[in-house]
Amino acid sequence: MAEMNAPGGEPILRVRGLVKYYPLTQGILFRKQVGAVKAVDGVDFDLGAGETLGIVGESGCGKSTVARMLVNLERPTAGEIRYKGEDITRLSGRALKAVRRNIQMVFQDPYTSLNPRMTVGDIIGEPYEIHPEVAPKGDRRRQVQDLLDVVGLNPEYINRYPHQFSGGQRQRIGIARGLALRPEIIVADEPVSALDVSVQAQVINLMDRLQSEFHLSYVFIAHDLSIVRHISDRVGVMYLGRIVETGRDAEIYDHPTHPYTQALLSAVPVPDPEAREHRERIILYGDVPSPAHIPSGCRFRTRCWKARERCALEVPLLAVPAEFRYESGPAAHDSACHFAEEKQVVPPEEPPEERPEERPEERK
Amino acid sequence: MLLEVRDLHVEFRTRDGVANAVNGVTYSVDEGETLAVLGESGSGKSVTAQAVMGILDTPPGKITAGEILFRGQDLLKFKEEERRKVRGAQMAMIFQDALSSLNPVLSVGAQLGEMFTVHRGMSRKDAKAKAVELMDRVRIPGAASRVGDYPHQFSGGMRQRIMIAMALALEPALIIADEPTTALDVTVQAQVMDLLAELQRELDMGLILITHDLGVVADVADRIAVMYAGRIVESAQVHDIYKAPAHPYTKGLLESIPRLDQKGKELYAIKGLPPNLLHIPPGCAFNPRCPMAQDVCRTDVPPLYEVTGAGPDRRSACHFWRECLDG
Repeated sequence: MAEMNAPGGEPILRVRGLVKYYPLTQGILFRKQVGAVKAVDGVDFDLGAGETLGIVGESGCGKSTVARMLVNLERPTAGEIRYKGEDITRLSGRALKAVRRNIQMVFQDPYTSLNPRMTVGDIIGEPYEIHPEVAPKGDRRRQVQDLLDVVGLNPEYINRYPHQFSGGQRQRIGIARGLALRPEIIVADEPVSALDVSVQAQVINLMDRLQSEFHLSYVFIAHDLSIVRHISDRVGVMYLGRIVETGRDAEIYDHPTHPYTQALLSAVPVPDPEAREHRERIILYGDVPSPAHIPSGCRFRTRCWKARERCALEVPLLAVPAEFRYESGPAAHDSACHFAEEKQVVPPEEPPEERPEERPEERK
Repeated sequence: MLLEVRDLHVEFRTRDGVANAVNGVTYSVDEGETLAVLGESGSGKSVTAQAVMGILDTPPGKITAGEILFRGQDLLKFKEEERRKVRGAQMAMIFQDALSSLNPVLSVGAQLGEMFTVHRGMSRKDAKAKAVELMDRVRIPGAASRVGDYPHQFSGGMRQRIMIAMALALEPALIIADEPTTALDVTVQAQVMDLLAELQRELDMGLILITHDLGVVADVADRIAVMYAGRIVESAQVHDIYKAPAHPYTKGLLESIPRLDQKGKELYAIKGLPPNLLHIPPGCAFNPRCPMAQDVCRTDVPPLYEVTGAGPDRRSACHFWRECLDG
């Protein structure tokens, strides 16, 4: 299995062979298992301290299930999640509680992830009920106000209710709650996808700032490839329960070698009307197969334009493809494809020379 | 001109007061043209579209002023009966959420066929054949065998195709697509947008694309109208606006989106929040969030100035559009 060594020493989180199957059963009295929805089907990655790992993929690829397993909201079917060397999937009781303090989550929907009957102060302060060692009782109010200040909300809002805030402000409350226990790792599942464009940037900048201020490590899960590129140091692309390609952001975005990544990148609309004429688009046909019936061999082969016989027989491993193994260039990163090939699909920053009538970009 | 909206005003009477959702919107679309209406939630882009389609909930909504000219005739003066003949046959709408816009207890074939039985007086058998034809046209594999399936049996992308098929059924001259791909994954979004663009070319339809996604706009639109707090703040040809925006709001939006092909350090963020429609700020509605705001912006509502020297047929509702264009 490919090693993805995070830069800067020992990874804070090491995930190996992570699997989550949901059983499909039949019968009422004698339930028997007739199959399984393979939501996550063998995921490996490392997260370095202070690093941001972006995980992208379409709906149903298992990225949210990975997030939920990282924070122990779901128990993995198999595999290990090592936090500083310790496998947290095997912990229970007090030891588990101590670890969970250090891995916190920010949820997608700021409208449903905050209890409407609790004040902001109670929401952000609730983690202290479970981990009273972090903030002694008399000190909590002040702590919560500090947190509100840190995420850019007025500390006087402590007695207000969630409905009195806009979407962006609510997401700040969700982030403040995530920070309350001073965790080392934040798992953010689509933290900005419910927000308006002009507010997204505010929240992304806030997360950037908090990362350097508190030396946080992020697992940032999203379907928006542009946002993931902006915030991530490394990126993993998921398809149908597996990571199919992973590498540093420039490796993935500028030198993708897996056909799925290439298709995904080429499908993203670029906010530049000049790009539409000279941009090659790969349009995938069909839909993602059901995770209850995963194709044999390479799971992407049913939609892949390169698929050959070998793809149906042999599962491609996530490793540096043989073609690039002896290179040191940006194409030499892990990609689970038998026929990996480098292909540039995102237009380069500078417009190509062969357009003399072009005026130079006036935007900064 | 196929459709012209002139100085449209829509308000909603709510318990807390009157919300001014649309405050003087003017835009037009021609045959074969794609107009993108860009705005954030609450900007009035969908309400304007609903008023054009004649599906605005009244009450609480109320059109207080303006004209909606379709091929020169003011739709607002039509009786409901006449309006119904226009709707579906001459203009049709594609909604964001296909699952909740389709009837879950009727097969898709029945829903598609209904267009023909109601508007064209066809028999149910002929209507069904038409439905299969339409499903083929939007490239649903195995249309003939799937015509009896129910909406929940289709994937999100396929459901959106059915919505498109339904909108196209009577070959209308104008299609309004309200966030047609927002609920879809990017690879499916690309399929659906491609299909829509192709059918539009084929039938030479006018298309109003309502969206918040600057990427989608850049990909498909000819013209763009940016809305903020119920008004058009800038309108231009799509190339011109991306090259040099003439309104600080557009400029802020363009700078605040992370780009796939660039990795910047900090994103520019428009400060503050969109205004509450019950209390729109006096003067320019954008002034509390605008980095260029002067005293005049807090008192005088800017008219939709004609912008010269930066592309044809261009307008901006900013007192300082010149300064904005220059940088």
